[in-house]
Amino acid sequence: MHSFAYRSNALFTFGVTILAIMCIMVSVSDNFNTASPQAQIEVLKINRFKRQPNGNDEVSLTMNISADLQSLFTWNTKQVFIFVAAEYETAKNVLNQVSLWDAIIPSKEHAVFSIPATNKYGFVDQGSNLRGQEFNLTMHWHVMPKTGYMYADKKVISGFRLPEEYR
Amino acid sequence: MDWQGQKLSEMLMQIMLLVSAVVAFVAGYVMSSFKNMLIIYAASVGITLLTTVPDWPFFNRNPLQWLDPKEAEIHGVRVQKPKPQPQNTSKKPSKASKK
Repeated sequence: MHSFAYRSNALFTFGVTILAIMCIMVSVSDNFNTASPQAQIEVLKINRFKRQPNGNDEVSLTMNISADLQSLFTWNTKQVFIFVAAEYETAKNVLNQVSLWDAIIPSKEHAVFSIPATNKYGFVDQGSNLRGQEFNLTMHWHVMPKTGYMYADKKVISGFRLPEEYR
Repeated sequence: MDWQGQKLSEMLMQIMLLVSAVVAFVAGYVMSSFKNMLIIYAASVGITLLTTVPDWPFFNRNPLQWLDPKEAEIHGVRVQKPKPQPQNTSKKPSKASKK
């Protein structure tokens, strides 16, 4: 500690070490938060259901997405990314997932919402398997922290069925 | 800065940083604000820097006492002869250089 530079260096290294420990503790403190997010999705309308020229089935639908994700937010949450995926089973694949809609929730104030949404991304099957197809709509959420590890969870809402005929 | 001052400076630095980290963490948790935690910690690092890094007078309360060159010779220490200066025989000026 005999010179200006030596003291500055000691202060800086010790300060940064403590900052790292603080960040670890902040991350650990997240474990005391028990999240109980609510989500509900309804299909309001099938807007369009057709076979594309290349033989793939395509659906356009309008959903009502309502959720209360406030409990996901702690003081260490930067943002929450959510997306709605359609999941269904075909003869070829046990699980098909098609992302229909997504959003970024920047803060707790925006975590309660109920909005009608047409699918942002095409609901297109690789083939012609969608007529009369049962499917789930799954709300996935990825919680992005300011420091620490990111985690994801989902809620499956099942019991939807596509019409038997194109329209 | 003298020896006692260096010890004091290091101790002050560590205590101030640890205390401010605890304060910042608790305040941030209570206010539920990560940003406030960082602001409080950054501010107290700044205060610590101003307190412990510059060579303040209170770090120099125990100046190092150098032996008088004549006395040192008695204790068997070889002393380099100072350059012949214009007639200053009675007593060598005591060198108490410090940083």
